[in-house]
Amino acid sequence: MTRKQTLGSAKIAPYVFILPFIASFLIFYLYPIISTVIMGFQQVYPGQVEFIGLENYRKLDNPEFKVALKNSFRYTVYTIALLIPIPLLLSVWLNSGNRAINTVYRSVLYIPSLVSIVVAGTIMRLLFASSDKSFINTLAIAVGVEPRQWLLGGSHQAMILLLILALWRWVGVNIIYFLSGLQAIPDELYEAADIDGASPSQKLWRITIPLLKNTTIFVTTISIFGGFAMFEESFILWAGKPSPNNVGLTIVGHLYNKGFQEGEMGMASAIGIVLLIIVFSLSISFLKLFGFFEAEGRR
Amino acid sequence: MARILHHSRRAFVKYIILTLLALLYLVPLYALTLAAFRPGRDLLRYGITLKTLIPTDLHISTFKGLYTIRDGIYITWFGNSLLLMLLQTSLALFLSSFVAYGLSLYHFKGRKVVTTLVIFLMLVPIQILILPLYKLMITVKLIDTFWGVFLPMIVSPFAIFFFKQYIDGVPRDLIDAGRVDGLNEYAIFFRIVVPIMPPAFSAMAIFMSMQSWNNFLWPLIVLRTGEKFTLPIGLNTLLTPYGNNYDLLIIGALAATLPIIIVFIFFQRYFIAGLTSGGVKG
Repeated sequence: MTRKQTLGSAKIAPYVFILPFIASFLIFYLYPIISTVIMGFQQVYPGQVEFIGLENYRKLDNPEFKVALKNSFRYTVYTIALLIPIPLLLSVWLNSGNRAINTVYRSVLYIPSLVSIVVAGTIMRLLFASSDKSFINTLAIAVGVEPRQWLLGGSHQAMILLLILALWRWVGVNIIYFLSGLQAIPDELYEAADIDGASPSQKLWRITIPLLKNTTIFVTTISIFGGFAMFEESFILWAGKPSPNNVGLTIVGHLYNKGFQEGEMGMASAIGIVLLIIVFSLSISFLKLFGFFEAEGRR
Repeated sequence: MARILHHSRRAFVKYIILTLLALLYLVPLYALTLAAFRPGRDLLRYGITLKTLIPTDLHISTFKGLYTIRDGIYITWFGNSLLLMLLQTSLALFLSSFVAYGLSLYHFKGRKVVTTLVIFLMLVPIQILILPLYKLMITVKLIDTFWGVFLPMIVSPFAIFFFKQYIDGVPRDLIDAGRVDGLNEYAIFFRIVVPIMPPAFSAMAIFMSMQSWNNFLWPLIVLRTGEKFTLPIGLNTLLTPYGNNYDLLIIGALAATLPIIIVFIFFQRYFIAGLTSGGVKG
């Protein structure tokens, strides 16, 4: 037997090495995706299925799904609007000055991302409790704002609460991304700018922000994903119950309710497909817009 | 002179803002820590108030609840989380680095397609797949088992990508030397490549352990019986404020969080490497 035919040969070995991935891809990705596409066209009862064409997609034209869509969309837009500029500015600050002190700040801001969403949500529920004496309402009264019912008060309050939770958890992570981007910018650029007498804000706008383009694209893309896939935050904040008037309902929340609470597998699959299409088309067009697919833009 | 003064005033303002922000960011965990030393039901009426942020009237005895409330079910949850974390992380490290080695080292037919697939899968939100995965788990009877929780997670596209980048940087001479010594392809992986990978393993191990420890949505769907719950799933069942649920919720939340923060403090650089080396620079 020649060595070529054994499993140990350099011809066969590569396929043995990638086998775990191929198996996992087929079982845990490809099969579920195909199954979702098919179920989207079906009415699924226990033990029997019926093809109903586009009926599930037609049924998506309902007020609940529209609320979910709107909430997810708003949440994504707002988180991007907050979670790009704030961490960017903070990372610029943390990139200069005393290294040891900066590390302390960086760590403190990063620690919330280590906290389980269940724990984070629980604390937020308590800090933002409805009573006039709760932490947040005491602060509100102190600065002359009406105390609010944060969890039960309406879509405006609910969104603010969700955004505060997102800020608490993700600012530190995005700071790390931006810091790693900043460290790739050569110091000479800033030295040259200093010689030319550039002001700090000129340096920020003319050097830092343009050169952080790739990091910003990356962070925006994961924010689109995280935003549209958001579910756990509102699930915990409203303790697993529907939020009043669905103020905290998101696309995935709707999928979860339909699929796991109401047993409407077909409808839930249709929601999943819509989510997949939204997320993919948004992030691909976003990446295209910024020329990320051109050879030059990739690193 | 004016310029230096201007500079230091700028730095002063910067650190004031950073300090205020850092304090604000610590409030939730500080509040949780203090609350854990008091009866949980105190929180039911007003939530966390400014007054509860003053560190008085603290009782360490509340922590007894961790092993007394509901016959110490918390200890079971903690053990489950720990076991799942170890299983999932060690298997995922092994399998993902194994695949990454294959993708990095060999020029075989289909390599490009597979590599693209790995990157593409990093972009598929798991939330879309939970429903058919759940159906699959029912079919193969893995609902309410630990296997059901971690099997879908053990070949991680992110980890493959991370390890591939690392192995891409391993000098090819080292591998050729192994061939000259007559090692077969697998022996080269196990005896030459694995021994130089600890830095990459540590970064991924920490990253994955944390993900497993905090994983919520998938275990929530797979696990059914209380004795099999992981910490997040168990704590989630305590959110309804009745009986002594809140007593256990608060001390349990703290006890679930502290270990990760301690690990973070000691192994910071691995956390950061796990986050950043996988992807973008600049």
